[in-house]
Amino acid sequence: MSWDRGDSGASASSSHGGAWTALYVTLVALLVALLAASLLVIAFDESPARVFALVVAHTLGEPYGAGQALFRATTLVFTGLSVALAHRAGLFNVGAEGQLVAGSFACAALGAALPAGTPAVLALPAVLLAAAAAGGAVGAIPGVLRARFGAHEVITTIMLNFVVSGAVLFVARTWLFAPETIHTRAVVPGATIPALGLGGSAVSWAAVLALACALGVTWLLTRSRFGFELRAVGQNPDAARAGGVNVGRMTVIAMAAAGALAGLAGSGTVLGYKHYFEKGLGADAGFTGIAVALLARGNPLAVLPAALLFALLAEGGLAAGARVPREIVDVMLAVIVIVLAVAAAETRRVRASAGDGA
Amino acid sequence: MTLIETILSVGFVAQALRVTVPYALAALGGTLAERAGVVSLALEGMLLFGAFTATLGSALGGPALGALCGIVGGLLVAAVYELIVVRWRADQVVCAIAINLLVLGLTRTLLVLVWGSASSSPRVPGLGSTGTWAFVAAAAVLALALSELVRRTPWGLRLRAAGERPDALASLGVDVERVRWGAVLASGALAGLGGAWLALDVGGFSDAMSSGRGYIALAAVVSGKWRPLGATAACLLFGVAGALELNLQAEATSLPRELVQMLPYVVTLIAVSSVARGARAPSALGQPLG
Repeated sequence: MSWDRGDSGASASSSHGGAWTALYVTLVALLVALLAASLLVIAFDESPARVFALVVAHTLGEPYGAGQALFRATTLVFTGLSVALAHRAGLFNVGAEGQLVAGSFACAALGAALPAGTPAVLALPAVLLAAAAAGGAVGAIPGVLRARFGAHEVITTIMLNFVVSGAVLFVARTWLFAPETIHTRAVVPGATIPALGLGGSAVSWAAVLALACALGVTWLLTRSRFGFELRAVGQNPDAARAGGVNVGRMTVIAMAAAGALAGLAGSGTVLGYKHYFEKGLGADAGFTGIAVALLARGNPLAVLPAALLFALLAEGGLAAGARVPREIVDVMLAVIVIVLAVAAAETRRVRASAGDGA
Repeated sequence: MTLIETILSVGFVAQALRVTVPYALAALGGTLAERAGVVSLALEGMLLFGAFTATLGSALGGPALGALCGIVGGLLVAAVYELIVVRWRADQVVCAIAINLLVLGLTRTLLVLVWGSASSSPRVPGLGSTGTWAFVAAAAVLALALSELVRRTPWGLRLRAAGERPDALASLGVDVERVRWGAVLASGALAGLGGAWLALDVGGFSDAMSSGRGYIALAAVVSGKWRPLGATAACLLFGVAGALELNLQAEATSLPRELVQMLPYVVTLIAVSSVARGARAPSALGQPLG
């Protein structure tokens, strides 16, 4: 899978290339990652079997752990969709983290500012819209910089992550943090998303919203004119331009849409669980979103199981945290991404040589 | 003292030069790798791992060994990155980001393993003023030497050809893969040295201490139009912004901390947007060999 424009056709076709291959590659990636994690666990003088048993027991063996995994998956579905959507337009969104922070902050701030008795039918759409708008605005900036000045979105989105975090913290600390705390005041009851109540875990109806977004993005990409133009730009910008698509405009819109999705990523945490914005919220969700989108090969429906897998890993890391540093999960994540990328290159090469022979 | 007086003082210039060092070393490495056609997003991981190994080295045998270990650390990350993207031809942008995450997770894990802390290492011997100026001088000499090497030597010609027309270079019987290997290893050594500076300048390692410097260095490569001296000049700009940030943090307490810390990133955004149009990346940048 390549993120370069003009080459995404290969990855688009590979999503039809057989679910068995995808499953096989994913299993190999998981095995290699488990091997790497085992080595690190052994370095800590612990038994990998015991640590993994702990992880499985926590995530799959009890409703609370499973619910927590679903809670994490909610965030990852949004950031994964964000990266996947941008990728289909030939853009690499490394800025989901900043977009998530902006969106989370916007909905928390608006939710706290609403009159206390605002009914949910008004409050909930308003705060969700605020989250999407704020994330979309942050996402549009690298889109504009790319379309107008040719600045590569990988660099600009990473820089914006730092800038947005700083700006949001400044605004929050100066005006909005509740006294003596590092979080904002709680949102009004009408702006909260009810919990699903799975074993007392943090998972809320935001998970259903995430599911709906995955379906919506699928429809948008495969059934709408917009999606067709977006994919055309991703596959071959010159041909799209010749076909009458405004490539610059599409670049900005695709990044804004990706930003809006990432902006909603904090909704499960802010509206469904904590009910306020705090420092450090959603710290790794942006980068994990890249891994999710990669594992899903840019397919919005495949984002769902991919997000669940990485959520299980992250939640499991927390359980293992009593014995070994939970950052071992980051190592696993990176190893999975690398194995997938190598496998994609290998597939491409095999296909290319098969094509030569024909 | 007003801000203008501060900026014109000798102390400020010295500080700006010191801030520039890690950016410049990483950006010089990035320039070499990108000219050879390999995306340099992994500079971040090279810097961070270089800082970690340099701290280990300095704890064992002083700052000189630390600097050497920093280079080795950067080389290790570069070797892994190369294996994946040059030999196995995997997507460079995706794998570079993954390598950076790998190093971040690995250094956090090793931090606990070696020093039993989740945030920072104990203090290790840092650079004295001689060591500091040796680094600054080394960065300046390297910038000039690499500029000449890239522009005027057969090695430089092969390097540039590997990034522009790898197929043409291969048809002349040159092993393009080897040229790219050399360039990426060189970038690892340089970024590792930059990481060593980060750790030895403050006398220890702390979690995620590269804090985006590798990405900023890559922005300097782009802003400097993929030329060693241009990249170094862009790094000087970031160095001035960084020194300004430090001064503002120390003196004017009226300015909010968060906004002052944003300065280098904002300057990078502006720099990379203002020159990107006029600059042309190497044609085969990011493309795996056939």
